[in-house]
Amino acid sequence: MSGLEVLFIALAVLGGASGLLAVTSPRVVHCALWLVVCLGSLAGVYLVLGAEVVALVQILVYVGAVVVLVIFALMLTRAPVDPSPRLNGPPLQKLAAGAAGLAVGGILAGTLIYAVGGTEVQVRSGQGGAKPIGEAVFSGWLLPFELLSVLLLAALVAAIAVSRRPADRKRDEDGTR
Amino acid sequence: MIHLLGPLVLASVLAGLGVYGILARRNAVLVLIGAELLLNAANLLLVAASTLPAGGLAALGQATGQVQDPLIPGQSMAIFVITIAAAEIGVALAIVLLLFRARGTVELTAVQELGEASATYTETPQTAKANGQ
Repeated sequence: MSGLEVLFIALAVLGGASGLLAVTSPRVVHCALWLVVCLGSLAGVYLVLGAEVVALVQILVYVGAVVVLVIFALMLTRAPVDPSPRLNGPPLQKLAAGAAGLAVGGILAGTLIYAVGGTEVQVRSGQGGAKPIGEAVFSGWLLPFELLSVLLLAALVAAIAVSRRPADRKRDEDGTR
Repeated sequence: MIHLLGPLVLASVLAGLGVYGILARRNAVLVLIGAELLLNAANLLLVAASTLPAGGLAALGQATGQVQDPLIPGQSMAIFVITIAAAEIGVALAIVLLLFRARGTVELTAVQELGEASATYTETPQTAKANGQ
């Protein structure tokens, strides 16, 4: 077992365990913080797999921006800080959700292991750097990249339009300040 | 050399946890955390696939199996997925905020009617809370 594999297993166990805590913890803020650990360890997994740029984008966008948005949403919706039993559905729903989760994970793992089971690959550390990724994104992926910028703009405008208060909307229509 | 088995099992575990989180949680923000885990499982699969040579699994054992796809599809698409996820969570949290303002709660079981106030609309923040009890 190589050093990379030992590193990978450590990060994977951390990621899986923190992911489990993120969806089961009875405190909402702890869920968001366990999500940080899970996404951070996934960034480490990307590094082990040789994807440096993806790991950096993961830390910048996910750990930096998405989790902050989630914590803001928790604060703005006055989420309880103490452990709350009302975060989960009734026990039967939890049981059904657990069965569905196990089924999805099991089917996915079974199919993937059947398809690519014992494959060993060489990690190429050179291909995940900024230069090859930049050349790829700005040559073959240029159209999707530009479309994504339009999508981001649309999402930004939509988020502002949706979350405005009716009073703001009325004031703008009246033209008074 | 690294086994592809590890990333694939981790991705399946994260996908299963994401589905559990979406289905079992009652708080809308926590449902979104489950959705994030699902998106990350997909991303991990993309990055793991990007370690394969051009042509995928079929090209692995062949002499040409060391040629890398110059477009690096797996990692490029992983970056695109992260961008889409950021856009998605921004809009989703705006909707959750709107829901909280309209009904005074983000518990999905307490919200039984969609839409704004109308003739047939019966839910107020008070009744929504009472329904959720």
